[in-house]
Amino acid sequence: MIQDLLAPAVLIGIASSGIRLATPYLYATIGETFGQLSGVLNLGVEGIMLMGAYSGFYVTFKTGNPVLGLLAAIVVGGLMGLGMAIISVTFQAEQGISGIGVYLFGLGMSDLLFQKSLGTVETVSGFQPVEIPFLSQIPVLGQIFFRHNLLVYAAFLLVPVAWFVINKTTWGLKIQAVGQNPAAADALGVSVSAVRYATVTLGGVLSGIAGASLSIGLLNVFQQNLTSGMGFIAVALVYFGGWSPVGVLLGSLLFSLVNALQNWVQVLGIPIPSDFAVMMPYVLTILALVFAVRKVTQPAALTKPFERGEG
Amino acid sequence: MQRPGRSKTRRPWWERWLGPLTPILAALAAFLLGAIMLLALGADPIRAYGSMFEGAFGSVNAFADTIVKATPLLFVGIGICVAFRGGVINIGGEGQLVVGALAATVAAINLPYWPSWAIIPFTLLLGFLGGALWGAIPGVLKAYLNVNEILTTIMMNAIAVQGMNYLLRGPLMDPLQIEQGSFIPQTARFPLAADLPRLVPTRMHLGVILAVLAAVLVWALLWRTTIGFRIRAVGLNPNASRRAGIRVGRYAVMAMLLSGALAGLGGAVQVLGVHHRMFTDGSAMGFTGAAGFNGIVAALFGQLHPIGTIPASVLFGAMIVGANKMQRAVQVPSALITALNGLVVVFVVASEIWRRRLARRSELLNIDRALDTQSDSSQEAGT
Repeated sequence: MIQDLLAPAVLIGIASSGIRLATPYLYATIGETFGQLSGVLNLGVEGIMLMGAYSGFYVTFKTGNPVLGLLAAIVVGGLMGLGMAIISVTFQAEQGISGIGVYLFGLGMSDLLFQKSLGTVETVSGFQPVEIPFLSQIPVLGQIFFRHNLLVYAAFLLVPVAWFVINKTTWGLKIQAVGQNPAAADALGVSVSAVRYATVTLGGVLSGIAGASLSIGLLNVFQQNLTSGMGFIAVALVYFGGWSPVGVLLGSLLFSLVNALQNWVQVLGIPIPSDFAVMMPYVLTILALVFAVRKVTQPAALTKPFERGEG
Repeated sequence: MQRPGRSKTRRPWWERWLGPLTPILAALAAFLLGAIMLLALGADPIRAYGSMFEGAFGSVNAFADTIVKATPLLFVGIGICVAFRGGVINIGGEGQLVVGALAATVAAINLPYWPSWAIIPFTLLLGFLGGALWGAIPGVLKAYLNVNEILTTIMMNAIAVQGMNYLLRGPLMDPLQIEQGSFIPQTARFPLAADLPRLVPTRMHLGVILAVLAAVLVWALLWRTTIGFRIRAVGLNPNASRRAGIRVGRYAVMAMLLSGALAGLGGAVQVLGVHHRMFTDGSAMGFTGAAGFNGIVAALFGQLHPIGTIPASVLFGAMIVGANKMQRAVQVPSALITALNGLVVVFVVASEIWRRRLARRSELLNIDRALDTQSDSSQEAGT
């Protein structure tokens, strides 16, 4: 039984679905990284993902066009991100709690709309796998890396893009300045609010795409509480990854590979209680937070609203 | 130097009332938005809210159901009061409810011959301790290793759910389910002696009284004991507390531990008083009904005051119970209530800004007054 798990075909399958399942985590964590680097903890990612997943699914279901679905998810995610920005930047609300409000809103709203507009679990044909010419023909690697849908490729491309934006562009430096020392950034003429509005809205857009990558990419269904906690994991992964795109890539892969492994364990009928397999990444994340947090320090102004003339 | 009129200024009456009224205004705003959503869905908001009210308070049984639904919210909510007052954010209510319930379950199904007077306190105690453990871990990590408690409590939720799933699909599964081959993940029914006494014919049980009692005790703890004073001091200003010789870490852990313990007790009360067995649908919400999150809503609405949390829990319990009636009356899914709860949270925490501004203004006023009296006395001393 256990040996089945080590068969080459199974190992390739696990790796391939691990890559695929990393997609929603990647979008959500990279979006959240931008927000947190600028000093805003958006704990509502889960709710935004659910709304993105629903709207992407609904539009795809009605039009048959997943690109339109993706656009809908982007718009809805962006609007919810904007809402979170208003709450946490303009109204300076306690971020650890307001995020729970955004989560509950997204959870209830997506379920409400789902029951009202669809009623039952439907399926759509979302983004189809695209085999990349030549590369997909490479044995093993081709199967693992180059036979996915466009959202999967885009998610992985987002990692170097995000790294570049954060570390090599003026805007990226402004984000970091605002997250580390908003008063100094403000004195230098950087608008703290504008930067934070932009990052949190961007985070919302990416969370919306993260949800859509599930509902019209990986699973092609929508149901109540589809994301089941992935958004919360994404927030933790940002800490885990030390606020760097490469770090969150590693964290996302850790979670997705364990998920993939657990799926295959069930498919093959191996009598290991899969609950423990699912539990492991959470335990690992706590351990990683214990050991990693000491090396990498969080943005100094994280969760602290900024107001001129304060300290 | 005399600044006429300034030092004698009292805050106008509406400013003094604004503080306590903010959450109510925030909830009204949320309900108003809810009414707009209902209109958009083609339902009559007045009928919808009317049927909700009727469903929650329309009969003795309905009212009893509301109270029963409010009970876990109250347990979680007063725990949240302790945690937030102590400056730690506990998002782990879901996990703490589950662990408390599991601890009580293990005891209840293994003690078939114990009489009620022994088994009920014992299982409740285990629920309390289970929740305490689940709260203490993030508390210790926060206080001594500086690990963000929001993240660890969320992780602990997920770990609790997987532990529950493992136990209910494995060692704790009802032998009857295994015999029949249906393998529904639930435990055997508890011995009858473990059932919390009920106020027949309603579903109201002893846990309701325990919850109110707990709220009063927590109020007394926070405002009438040194420990409670220190917990609040640490929450208000950790640096000043440290300088005053309070061991900040210890009190943060205590706040988190107590918060978890109260939620755990709520979980135990839930299995002993309502379900009489533990079950799972694979998620935490299947068992908790999101009480771990809605308890936060209730506590915020009750202004993080244990006594204020009592009516707040009843209100949100009523919304949950009434939502089913509303669903039947106007065909709007009860999920609307979850969305509305989210809006209440958002509005309550966003409206805090007015309170803070007022507080800062009256603080400035006080400083002004203090300076005035000081300069007055120095003038007197000079003459």
